[in-house]
Amino acid sequence: MRVSPLANRFQRVDWTAPFSIALVVLLAALVLLPMFRLLLTSLRGDAGEFSLEHYRQIFVDPAFVKPLLTTLWTSAAVGVLCVVAAAPMSWLVSRTDLPAKRLLRTLILASFVTPPFLGAFAWVLLGGPNAGLINQWYYSLFGLKPFEAAPLINIFSAGGMVFVMALYTFPYVFTFVANSLDVIPGELEEASAILGAPAWRTAVEITLPLVVPALLAGFLIAFLQSMTLFGTPAILALPAGIDTMTTKIWSLFQFPPQLGLAAAVSLPLLLITVALLRVQNAIMGRRGYSVIGGKSTGTRLIRLGAWTIPALALFVLVLGSSIVLPYGVLLRTAFVKNWSAPVAGNLSLEHWRFVFFEFSQTRLALQNTFVLGIAAATAGTILVTAIGYLSLRKLVWGHRYLGFLATAPVAIPGIVLAVGLFLSYTQPPFVLYGTLSIIFLAYLTKELPVGYQQIGAALKSVHPELEDASRIFGATRLRALLDITAPLIRNGVIATWIFIFIGSIRELSATILLFTARTKTISVTMFDLRESNDWGPIAVLSITMLLITFAMILLINYFTEKRVR
Amino acid sequence: MSGNCLRTIGAALVACAIAVPSNGQETTPAMLAAAAKEGKVVWYSSIDVKVAETVAKAFRADYPNIQIEVERSGSERVFQRINQEYQSGIKNVDVVNSSDASHFIFWKQQKWLAPHTPPDVKRYPAQFKDPEGYYAAWRATLSVMGYNTNLVSAKDAPTGYLDLLDPKWKGKLVKSHPGYSGTSLTGTYAITKALGWDYLETLAKQGVQQLQSTTATPKSIASGERAVMVDGNEYNMFIEIDAKSPVAIIYPKEGTPFVTSPTAIFADAPHPNAARVLQNFLYTAKIQQLTVNEGGTRSLHPDVKDPPGRTPLTQIKMLPDDPAAMLPLVADIKKRYTALFGN
Repeated sequence: MRVSPLANRFQRVDWTAPFSIALVVLLAALVLLPMFRLLLTSLRGDAGEFSLEHYRQIFVDPAFVKPLLTTLWTSAAVGVLCVVAAAPMSWLVSRTDLPAKRLLRTLILASFVTPPFLGAFAWVLLGGPNAGLINQWYYSLFGLKPFEAAPLINIFSAGGMVFVMALYTFPYVFTFVANSLDVIPGELEEASAILGAPAWRTAVEITLPLVVPALLAGFLIAFLQSMTLFGTPAILALPAGIDTMTTKIWSLFQFPPQLGLAAAVSLPLLLITVALLRVQNAIMGRRGYSVIGGKSTGTRLIRLGAWTIPALALFVLVLGSSIVLPYGVLLRTAFVKNWSAPVAGNLSLEHWRFVFFEFSQTRLALQNTFVLGIAAATAGTILVTAIGYLSLRKLVWGHRYLGFLATAPVAIPGIVLAVGLFLSYTQPPFVLYGTLSIIFLAYLTKELPVGYQQIGAALKSVHPELEDASRIFGATRLRALLDITAPLIRNGVIATWIFIFIGSIRELSATILLFTARTKTISVTMFDLRESNDWGPIAVLSITMLLITFAMILLINYFTEKRVR
Repeated sequence: MSGNCLRTIGAALVACAIAVPSNGQETTPAMLAAAAKEGKVVWYSSIDVKVAETVAKAFRADYPNIQIEVERSGSERVFQRINQEYQSGIKNVDVVNSSDASHFIFWKQQKWLAPHTPPDVKRYPAQFKDPEGYYAAWRATLSVMGYNTNLVSAKDAPTGYLDLLDPKWKGKLVKSHPGYSGTSLTGTYAITKALGWDYLETLAKQGVQQLQSTTATPKSIASGERAVMVDGNEYNMFIEIDAKSPVAIIYPKEGTPFVTSPTAIFADAPHPNAARVLQNFLYTAKIQQLTVNEGGTRSLHPDVKDPPGRTPLTQIKMLPDDPAAMLPLVADIKKRYTALFGN
């Protein structure tokens, strides 16, 4: 076959390197610029001179030291709680004959996609010490009176906050451990069983050590997730007079905003996270392994027998608290006039009428939320697919930076990112404040790590040998990518899109500093309603948000399954 | 009172003659046509969201050609949003309503407001409007105490602020936040002036649940989550009482903070004519009576009557507001308060 040498040469030019460099620059602008502004601002005094005054203040003033300590211990508590609950759950699902696994997995997915602040709203209605429905049941069951007897649950406390945070964070740990269990060859455990070890001994001595990296990784992710949450502490801890770092930063934005201080408070959070992620990397790096044989099949399931009941009880407790009760109370609240009164004679569509026919914020908020979700998901998916491919295949110079930059935002709490974006884009040359663009940048940056992780998992499942083979037969890198890899990772790409979309429409902690009246989303609209205790409209918007989320998942599930067939 | 009113009218007329520019104050057909062309008006308000939407609905009924958008948040938050928007060159707000009257002094100093005197405002008492016509008290309320009648009997109920320091109220109190709510801020200023900061320092040890809005605290005691409210809007209490919620108002014997909520038009309003139509509409006797009847507010309109069953203002010992004196202290009040009660 004859090919013109020039065309051939052009086709064969590897565009990977310049493309990679462009990506590094883009990502650096996206991620590093706001952080750079953050650092600069934190080091400036009132007159713009270099000063360490802000840092002195945050490490001396108890008004800052206390929230920092609260944040650290509560996040650690959430991490521990998540590991304690999620490790046995994932083992039970992956290694035993537990019934109703499909349903349980679905409910865990539901916990994962439930916005944490929405759970916090629901738990105010369930666990408010006096009017909360659980406490009302408890008081009437034992003939007690509110205020005279101690409540069963006081959700307005550090403990209450930890509990609710853990309810919506444990799916991260579950997923980490379950994925890890899926790729551990079952042969090791089978060998142990054949040699006569009881099931629990195999689990503790063989399986557990193998999933330690996943557990630690899960713990750290749970820790970081909790540390970055804004809604849950604002809803549950502020009424008890407890501040966390995120609520503290938010309060510094009261007019006139104390930007230098806000920046200085943000940086320690950043450093803590970076340090923890390094630890996690070290652990995973040392204990990491790759399974050449792919996913192991045919592991014998352990028979639970009489243990089925306590095993299911664990799931009922966790999923009841994260899904059944909260969803139930939101539904109830949406359809009654007075949320704390008995349902009888109290039913009403008033809140629905208000939200959809009177409340002038609803339409704009829905529209903004959708525009942002779709834009961030689409741009984010394209970006992480490119980054994931280049960095995981270790193709060119810069792949390390790409991976680092795409993962770095995990170390940036949403609210800290918002402070950085606020500092970067409220003054010339880039005035984006007041537009959806600044919120879009926040979502895009914030969702990079999740997307990168998702696409990474998909890319890892495609062996590079396949591409190499096609390259050996003369295909360019791009052709190999399009013909070989793209079809194989299509579902991974779609999953990534969903993840980013869902992550975006529930975003609160960055939006809360960046929105204006024209650029409100559903989440901040709900937060506004929370500040005036309008629980009925909140419940209606919560249900709307959940319906949208689940509709998206069903829709995309349907399409991906159809295309695969 | 009537003598006072007469003097007021005189003062208002003089003020009009001197300061107010001659552009149309009344809603003229030309103004209406221009407003319809603008098509929209954006109203930032701190009034309870349902009351705000009730007013908005009435506006839509009268002016179907002008779409009205309500942006509701606490007064201090409204202030923060507008100032942040203005600093970034975003001109979104047309008409603003805030329960922290000192905001209007600040905005006027910044030259951000447009003078405009709605026809009805000419008849308002002088102390409730800016002499140069930049703003006037659209509504008033009291920052009252209150309790849940299922949880506290009338004879056990506290009668004033100092009663709340009794150990028996520990863990039962709920309070709004002056960092969020203009009513709470105005009330905090009045309380610390009357009782000193010592009072709040002691109160902070009572396990007070800290909410944000003075619209939230009445809803909290109505739900039974807390028994006694330290501060909250009188108008939300009226709304709860009209809805048969188990709550009762307490006018503290030390005095009840009186809070006026002006509205004003921004000079750079993106819909200047629609803004004037709305501003005129807001002060009409019809809308004043509507917010009084359905929203429970107090009106300064001479033609408006309180519905039966509401304690007349003349029978309540009040702690007056003083926005000009409060303005330089606002940052300090918020800081000291937050140190005691959290955010």
